[in-house]
Amino acid sequence: MTTILLIIFAITLLYFSIANRLMTYLSLLTVQGMLLFGVALVELHQMNIVNLAFILLETVVVKAVAIPLFIRYVIKKNQIKREAEPFVPYFVSLIVTTLIIAAAYVLSMVADVPQSGKPYFAVALAAVFCGLFFIVSRKKIITHVICYVLIENGVFILSMAVGNEMPLLVNLGVLLDVFVSVFLLGIFINKVGNVINDGDVNQLSSIKD
Amino acid sequence: MIIAYLIASITIALLLFVNRSKAISVALTVLFLLIQCGLTVYEFTIKDLADAVYFKPDALALILLTVLTVVSIPAFIHKCNYISPEDDSPRVRGIYQGAMVLLVTALSAAYLSAHIAVTWIFVEITTLSASALVFHRRNAGSIEATWKYIFVCSISLVFVFIGILLLGISLGNAQQFDLQYDTLVKLAPTLDTFWIKIAFVFIFAGYTAKFGLVPMYTAGIDAKDKAPAPAAGLFSSVLMNVGFVGVFRMWQIVAHTSVMPWAANVVAVAALLSILIAAVYLLKVKNVKRMLAYSSVEHMGVVALGLAAGGVGYFAAILHIVLHTFAKSALFFQVGHIYHIYHTKNIYHIGNYLKFNRAGAVLLLLGFVCITAMPPSGLFISELMVFKSIFEAHSYVALIAVLVMLTIIIWALGKNFFKMLFTPAPSCGNIGEIKVSPIETISQFVLLALVFWLGMCPPQFFVDLINDAVQLLTY
Repeated sequence: MTTILLIIFAITLLYFSIANRLMTYLSLLTVQGMLLFGVALVELHQMNIVNLAFILLETVVVKAVAIPLFIRYVIKKNQIKREAEPFVPYFVSLIVTTLIIAAAYVLSMVADVPQSGKPYFAVALAAVFCGLFFIVSRKKIITHVICYVLIENGVFILSMAVGNEMPLLVNLGVLLDVFVSVFLLGIFINKVGNVINDGDVNQLSSIKD
Repeated sequence: MIIAYLIASITIALLLFVNRSKAISVALTVLFLLIQCGLTVYEFTIKDLADAVYFKPDALALILLTVLTVVSIPAFIHKCNYISPEDDSPRVRGIYQGAMVLLVTALSAAYLSAHIAVTWIFVEITTLSASALVFHRRNAGSIEATWKYIFVCSISLVFVFIGILLLGISLGNAQQFDLQYDTLVKLAPTLDTFWIKIAFVFIFAGYTAKFGLVPMYTAGIDAKDKAPAPAAGLFSSVLMNVGFVGVFRMWQIVAHTSVMPWAANVVAVAALLSILIAAVYLLKVKNVKRMLAYSSVEHMGVVALGLAAGGVGYFAAILHIVLHTFAKSALFFQVGHIYHIYHTKNIYHIGNYLKFNRAGAVLLLLGFVCITAMPPSGLFISELMVFKSIFEAHSYVALIAVLVMLTIIIWALGKNFFKMLFTPAPSCGNIGEIKVSPIETISQFVLLALVFWLGMCPPQFFVDLINDAVQLLTY
C-alpha cells in the first residue's frame, strides 16, 4: 500500500518538472500532502496515538492545505506572474527528473537498505534532488520556496523509514516544516515582495565581489 | 541548570523584544551576561557529567563556551555604543538585542548538546536569530543578504537532517537515545560503512554553511557584510565555531570506523578549495567586511586541514579556532568604528586611518599581524602545527599548495590593510567628523592580547583542556 502511494509521489515529481503554472505547483503540493498523510497513516502504526494524531494533522492541515493556501495568498498579493519561467526547457527538466528518479532507484537497490526501507529511501532521495534541481532551474523566488517545501516532503518520507523507532526525528521534521515555512513565507516573502517587485532571482544579485 | 539557563535567557530575549526603554534594555543585557558567565562557571564544575540528559559539557564544549562568553561581552558593549549614535526606532533596537541574546543562548546550547538532533535544533535557532540580525538595516541590500542566508542555511540544515536520518537508518532497530553522541561513538565500529559515508557527506556539507567552507560558505559572507559590525563579529567567530562543533562531533563518530581516511580526504578537499577561493576573492575584494569574511574562510580551511591531517593537527585545529575567534571578532568590532568615521566599507575610500583614530589604527595593525599569523601572534603557532601535521601525513603537494595560497593571502591582506592605515583617502567632506573614543577600543585590545598570550605562553589548564578535547577523537 505504502509502495503505491510512494510511486504516485514519484509521479508527482515528473508532473512537477513539466508543469508551467505556479498554481499547478500548489495543487501538486496538496496532492503530495495527502499522499504523505496516507503513508503516515499506514506506516506509523506502532506510534502512540497522540503523536500519530499530531503528525497526521500536520500532514493534512499544514502540508496539504495551509502552505499551498499561504503561497497562493502571497502570489496574489504580490501579483506574481503565473508562469514558472524555467531557465531550461521543460523537456530537459523532464529528462533530468527521470534520470534523478532512476539513479535514486538504482542506488536504493545497490545500497544495503533493509528491504522495507528501500522505497522510502529511493523516493526521498529523488524528491530532495529533484527539489534542488528545480531550485537552480527556475527563475522566481516563490518557486524556490515551493521547491523548498518539496524537499521538506522528501525529508518527511525519509523520516517515515525510521518513524516507528525514533518518533522524535519525525516530530523534528514536522517542526522544521512548520517553523521554517512560516518563517520563510510569513515574515520574509512579504518583505521581499515589498522591495523587490518582480520576485525574480535576477534582482538578487547586487551583493557580489 | 541548563534548562534554567534556557528558560531565563529566552525570557530575557522576549522581554527585550517587547521592551522600549533604553535603561531596562541595558539592565536586561547585563543580567543576561551574568547568567551567561554563571552558566560557564557552572558547566566547568560538572565537566563530563550529563546535564538534563541531552547536554554534556565535555572539554570541547567548555573551551568554546568560555570563548563565546568572553567574546559576547564586548559584542554587547559595542552594541550599545554602536547603535546609540544611530537613530534606530526602539522597536528595531529591541528586535536586535533580543536576537543577539537568542543567538548567544542557542550557540551555548548547541556547544553543550550531547545529542545529534538537539545540536541540530539549536543550530536551526541560530539561523533564525542570525537572520533577524542581518535584517537589521531593513534596506534592499540587507533583505537580499537575509533571504540568501535563510535560504542557503535552511537547505544546509535539511542536509544535516537527512544525514541524521541516514544515521538513524543505519542503526537499524535502535531507539532514539542511541542518537546520543556517546552511544553513536560506541556503536560506530559496528555500523555499515556505506551509511556512515553517506551520512557524513550530508552532515558535513550541511554544516559547512556555518563552518564557512566550500560548498555552502557563500551565504555567510553576505550575512557578515550586511549585519551590523558587532553581530558580524559574532558571525565570523562563534557562529563559525558551531559549524566546527557539528563537524567535530561527526568526526568523533567517523574516527572510530574504517571510513576515517576517506572522510579525511573529503574534508581536505573542501578545505583546500576553501583556501583557494579565499585567496582568489581576497585579491579583488573591495569591501573591508567581506575581506575579513573571506579571511575567515581561509582560517576555517586551515582548521579543517588540521582536522583532516590528524596527529598534532587535532590540537592545532582547536587552538587555531579559539585564537581565530578572538582575533577576528576584535577586527570586526573595529570595522564598526571605521564605518563610523568614513561612512563607507569600501577600502579605496578609507585611508590615513592612523590620523583619524590612533588607537583603532594600532589595533588594526596588530590585528593584521594576528590574522596573517606572523610570529608574535598565537595563530602562528597553531598554523605551524597544522603544517607539521600535514607534513607528517606525507601530503607534500597539499602542503606546498597551501603555503603558496597563504602567501598570496598575506600579500592581498597586507595591501589592503596598509592602504587603509597609511595611504591618504580620496578627499571627502565629512571624514573624521565623528570621533571614536580610545576607551571603546580597550575591549578589542584585550581580545588581541588573548591571542598573543594563549598562543605564545598558554596556561597549563588551557593546554590540558585542549588535550582532553583531542582525547575525544583519539582514545
